[in-house]
Amino acid sequence: MNYQEQNISANNFEECIKCTICTAYCPVMTVNPDYPGPKMAGPDGERYRLKSPEFYDKALKYCLNCKRCEVSCPSNVKIGDIIQSARIKYDKKAPKLRDHMLAETDVMGTLASAFAPIVNPVLSSGIAKAGLNIIGVDKHRTFPKYSAHKFSTYLKKIEKEQREYPKHIAYYHGCYVNYNNPSLGKDLVKVLNAVGYGVLPLSKQKCCGVAKIANKLISRATHDAKINLEAIREAAAQDMTVLATSSTCVFTIRDEYPHLLGLDNSDVRSDIMLATVFLSRKINDGEIKLVFREDYKKRVSYHTPCHMQKLGWAAYSTGLLKMIPGLEFVPLPSQCCGIAGTYGFKKENYEYSQKIGAELFDAIEVAHPDVVATDCETCKWQIEMSAGVKVENPITLIAEALDVEATRKANGLA
Amino acid sequence: MKDDLKNKEYDVIVIGGGATGAGTARDCAKRGLKVMLIERLDFTAGATGRNHGLLHSGARYAVTDHESATECISENMILRKIASHCVEETGGLFVTLPEDDLAYQKTFIEACRAAGIEANEIDPKEAIRIEPAVNPDIIGAVKVPDGAVDPFRLTTANVLDARIHGADVLTYHEVVELIQENGRVIGVKVRNSISGEEREIRGSITVNAGGIWSHGIAQQAGITINMFPAKGALLIFGHRVNNMVINRCRKPADADILVPGDTISLIGTTSSRVPYDQVDNMDVTQEEVDILLQQGCQLVPSLSWTRILRAYAGVRPLIADDSDPSGRKISRGIVCLDHAKRDGVEGFITISGGKLMTYRLMAETAADMVCKKLGIDAKCTTAIDPLPGSELTNENPSDKKKHIIDMGTGQIAARERHGSLSSEIKYDSDSDDALVCECEQVSVGEIKYAMDKLHVNNLVNLRRRTRLGMGTCQGGICASRAAAILGSKFGNERAISDLKSFLQERWKGVRPVAWGRPLAEAYFTAWIYEGVCGMEKGNTKDSNITSAQ
Repeated sequence: MNYQEQNISANNFEECIKCTICTAYCPVMTVNPDYPGPKMAGPDGERYRLKSPEFYDKALKYCLNCKRCEVSCPSNVKIGDIIQSARIKYDKKAPKLRDHMLAETDVMGTLASAFAPIVNPVLSSGIAKAGLNIIGVDKHRTFPKYSAHKFSTYLKKIEKEQREYPKHIAYYHGCYVNYNNPSLGKDLVKVLNAVGYGVLPLSKQKCCGVAKIANKLISRATHDAKINLEAIREAAAQDMTVLATSSTCVFTIRDEYPHLLGLDNSDVRSDIMLATVFLSRKINDGEIKLVFREDYKKRVSYHTPCHMQKLGWAAYSTGLLKMIPGLEFVPLPSQCCGIAGTYGFKKENYEYSQKIGAELFDAIEVAHPDVVATDCETCKWQIEMSAGVKVENPITLIAEALDVEATRKANGLA
Repeated sequence: MKDDLKNKEYDVIVIGGGATGAGTARDCAKRGLKVMLIERLDFTAGATGRNHGLLHSGARYAVTDHESATECISENMILRKIASHCVEETGGLFVTLPEDDLAYQKTFIEACRAAGIEANEIDPKEAIRIEPAVNPDIIGAVKVPDGAVDPFRLTTANVLDARIHGADVLTYHEVVELIQENGRVIGVKVRNSISGEEREIRGSITVNAGGIWSHGIAQQAGITINMFPAKGALLIFGHRVNNMVINRCRKPADADILVPGDTISLIGTTSSRVPYDQVDNMDVTQEEVDILLQQGCQLVPSLSWTRILRAYAGVRPLIADDSDPSGRKISRGIVCLDHAKRDGVEGFITISGGKLMTYRLMAETAADMVCKKLGIDAKCTTAIDPLPGSELTNENPSDKKKHIIDMGTGQIAARERHGSLSSEIKYDSDSDDALVCECEQVSVGEIKYAMDKLHVNNLVNLRRRTRLGMGTCQGGICASRAAAILGSKFGNERAISDLKSFLQERWKGVRPVAWGRPLAEAYFTAWIYEGVCGMEKGNTKDSNITSAQ
């Protein structure tokens, strides 16, 4: 036996060579002096926590889980995972009522959609905001509007006609499309149908759990994650790729399930991807074609969500957008917008959240686009609120610019 | 202090700032004697700072050396009480591997019990449950009251207590002559190793507690002591692999103890004879690293991929029994020589042999002899009175909890290192709370405290008093920051040469294990200091304070 032959420690934090590059990329460190930064919260802290749990630093709660530290790390240290795992393991403070409300997007969504006409005006009213403020939701925040009709109901309704298409994908729509923005789901159906794919529901789907993990509702998140993985396995067994329109949902299912919930998804990890990635790859392989309207004109910037940066997929989304002839593309620097899911909704984080995003908001003002495209819904809320510009998912813009008839023809459909 | 010393007449001069010397100074001072403690470099620079940091239960010696075993268990129980901030009560296991003889376990347990060591056989499954790092193939396990002891803290606490009881202390002063008058040692001539200045110090009795260097010190009085330097090499792993001491249940051999100590784990040791003229140049060889790893992995398989921080070696001050001048009969027990009886030289005694675990008993033995010679009747109290730092620890546990809530991790770490004395660390401003050493959580405040109170002349001293530079980056990040703070006291020129020799000293320990990540990190450190800071070879002059650390 050759000892130390691999030179790779099973304790990933030992790969750190203290180069400190991660601290330069951490969006929190520059705005919040109480946060020790990824190097100290991650690999350095982990070494001390192995000595004694009393070295758990409660300031780790300021971590956004943006994973920009991991992207910057030249030694492949899973810094963000180390920090989040430490929070899960050592932070024994029970989640507050507020945390439950923010994290349980599925429960809230089910309730709110049922009473959408009442819930929407109430949630945006001063009284509700004051109440939410008391339990710790920042008063500046507005909850996204709830739709009266769930997307899942619509998808079931159209299932029969969708099955008539020659090829199929299964759609993991997640909470946002289901409860708040069914029209994004419909845009995806429009685009995929035009290139010959029918859109089918997964046999079952639960919230991806990203907000539950962030708020330490681990057993709930694990329960839902198992159901999602089973459904993805079922779809994969039928040779269907599973597509999503939210970068955070995809990231959670692909990477957070194994790293933070300890669930093995290696058999299906590559079967779930973002819709823009799927379309780009199919176009590059010459399997499908998109034809766009000639009268379409828009100035568009793309904001790279942190999890998109981590996935390394931003180029797929921007690549698709750049294919639209009438679209004038104005790039933005890849920067955290500061919301980080439920993080920015919390009263104690609001100020940091806005400071983190400030440079991005300025950059958007300078770019002055008609619309900002992004693959993450919480980034959308943050930018719309803070930069006062309309934000859409790239799929919505593609659907908008698509010449459906010409595309169908180009893909050999009647 | 210099002028005060000139005409001062001491009752006792103690040579050697290891655990034994510091302990002897403390014991004598507590008995009301006027004490001078002299160390040629820094406290713990010899074998005291170069061992396992194992709080022996004595079990290791039970079968082969009953006397050492009983001494160990008795001192073990004393240190838990008087040095609680230096001790971690981890417990220990003696495990039997499939290739070992399980029958030895019975002999072992019986010998332990005969020495008064609590040794309980436990189910191997239970052993794996309480210490998950242990080799899962073990076929036998015995639980013993082993622990970990920090030799740096222990020695510093003894020095502090000696000072509290009126002792004077000189570091970086080498004894160059034992002054004799009418067949009697009446004092010493010392040379300041920084300035080169020499001066005489007078004392009624001189105690030679020089460890392996006792040999050379005694020679100054024409006395021969038969020392047998035995080198022992150890490896430091990057984090706490185990939480209990893990020993191999067999006759003592190479690399059969893994000790958890503060943030790291230590495997050791090897044993090889070295010539006396080589005791200042201890390099760890590739063969030693191989033996340590190979044997260590049998105890704890995960060592085969755990990052190694550094390798180091110490020299055991073994002493030959006077009854056998050939040196074949080497004692591991305490040897206290009255040179009046042995060699006809009055006023001079040597305390040697023993081990870190029995330093207090050695000090007591030496102090007893000093008192007898001086005709003083004073009782030893070092087995009862807690050391500075350990006084309040168990007094109010609920207070301890309350404190932690508002403490940063650096402050918690400092409290573990300095015990109750950590209350002397001032966190007056935000910058005092800022960390200098990020791996080992050493703050600016802690460094200022160490500089003020703990005899710090350079970065190596600072490392031994805190844990600065002992972590994963081996000083890469913190050395320059700490040098800047030291520079404010000693001047920048000295700080720069100190920085250079500190980094060299760190590299010396990394070199034998320089592969994989430690090598990448060493390169990174070199880039910072050579590339960014311009500290290439020849840019700074070596100064003699730091070159001989």
